[in-house]
Amino acid sequence: MANNTLLDTHIDIQRRRLLQATACATTLLSANVGMAKASKPPIGRVVIIGGGYAGTTAAKYIRMWSLGNIETIVIEQSSQFVSCPLSNLVLGGSKTIHDLTFGYDLVSKHHGIQWVKDHVIGVDTKAKRIRMARGELFYDRLIVAPGIDVNYEKTPNLASAEVQAIIPHAWKAGWQTVNLRKQLEAMPDGGVFVMTVPRAPYRCPPGPYERACQVASYFKVHKPRSKVIVLDANPEITSKKGLFNQSFTHTYAGIVDYRPNNEIVSVDISSKTVTTEFEQVKADVLNVIPAQSAGKIAQMMALNNIDQRWCEVDFLTYTSVLDSHVHVIGDSVSAGLPKSAHMATSHARVCAAAIVALMSGDQPDPLPVFANTCYSFVDDKQAIHVANVYRYDPSKKIMVSAEGGGVSIAASAQEGQYAFAWANNIWSDVLT
Amino acid sequence: MIKAFFLLASLLASVQAVADEVKPNPISHTHIKVLAASCAACHGTNGNSVGITPTLAGLDQGYFLSQMLAFKQGERKPTVMHHHAKGLTVEEIHLLAAYFASQPRVTQTVPKSERLKDNHGQ
Repeated sequence: MANNTLLDTHIDIQRRRLLQATACATTLLSANVGMAKASKPPIGRVVIIGGGYAGTTAAKYIRMWSLGNIETIVIEQSSQFVSCPLSNLVLGGSKTIHDLTFGYDLVSKHHGIQWVKDHVIGVDTKAKRIRMARGELFYDRLIVAPGIDVNYEKTPNLASAEVQAIIPHAWKAGWQTVNLRKQLEAMPDGGVFVMTVPRAPYRCPPGPYERACQVASYFKVHKPRSKVIVLDANPEITSKKGLFNQSFTHTYAGIVDYRPNNEIVSVDISSKTVTTEFEQVKADVLNVIPAQSAGKIAQMMALNNIDQRWCEVDFLTYTSVLDSHVHVIGDSVSAGLPKSAHMATSHARVCAAAIVALMSGDQPDPLPVFANTCYSFVDDKQAIHVANVYRYDPSKKIMVSAEGGGVSIAASAQEGQYAFAWANNIWSDVLT
Repeated sequence: MIKAFFLLASLLASVQAVADEVKPNPISHTHIKVLAASCAACHGTNGNSVGITPTLAGLDQGYFLSQMLAFKQGERKPTVMHHHAKGLTVEEIHLLAAYFASQPRVTQTVPKSERLKDNHGQ
């Protein structure tokens, strides 16, 4: 309990009493409380639920831009960060999941962010109180950054962990990605890999097509008689269309069979057969990428007011339209913007700057602008990009794509090098 | 007396200059700071790259400006940057040039990857 005095300087008397009445103090003491270097009492406390690209970036930049004057706590149930970007390369075989796995120690230590490994049970937004499995926490402002939740409403027989061990989604990087790779390795040459793509919007618009290229790249070298069948619920490739089409019809001609307007209706698990509106397709290895919605915490807090899936926010501050002290960032946000890691970090920084301004009595930037670059690998070395600047449109009150954005002329190894530099820089920025 | 007045005036001016440097117009400063920070995914925190992408921190303002304007006007071979340069205003490019020129060059850390232990990705 030696750190209690330090804790006391960080919270007001009323809160301290409440805190001491809970197990929260114990939880907090295990975090990096000692790293907070602000010489005066903080101007407020921000709690962030979720330590992905969005949540971790928000924590770091709030600390940096407030010069350490805002107490910042991240609640994350995992002790490790696994990058979704580059995780399709695990399926292609040029990366392992361990290459994409990192700890939180550096970012937490460098910036004096308190890290609480726990599971959120409920949030009382009136009392600004978060209940966790092992304690509770109060906030002045809350950032909800839970990423996506997978939604198996259309194929409920695939919803259990047991079934997903057979038919994984692998749409959150981790053990399901490893599982899918093992299934591809075990599949005999001449086998069929079938993947289904949900209707947009979903996390990482080019991701399914990059995945098809990665599996095809592996087959082309190691199992040349095998096929990749893409059953896409969308009417066409949703991102980098011309470039992926080039890969499908030239580089992977005879391997990739792309079928648009082909939405999954049901799955027979034992035979790994997908039924769509038009046909039945039998797989040796089956990857159903399900529909998605805002992460579980956002659902629990009923912040997902758009189609009961995504969260509507004010793009100047990322505050929820339903609660002026709750911000939502990352893939959970309802927007015409792509749900990418880079985009998640941009949400996080606009939100961080706005929170610092609001807590300091300043106005947030009325016209935020940010850049977004997204790379996809078409094999183990060559990549393609889409790059845009987005700026706030005050009449529409949304972020819109500026003139001049676009995609690569063609896939290249040089862009592959840029893509790896992107990964190292974003990991360095988010995690240190 | 006059000398003292000038001394005081120049002192006040320098204090004001420092204050301006530390806290210029907070909104326009935030605007360019957040825009510049969105470059971090490719160019590193505060423009200090850990990869083959150029470090922008401490870069000569004139050089930054000339390269970005060349990308914007299609005079430099397209890479990725022409898509960004065309989406930015000339004023934003000027402000970014000044912003990155003022950032100190530091060596950023690349985090070390580790074995996946957690029950991730379910």
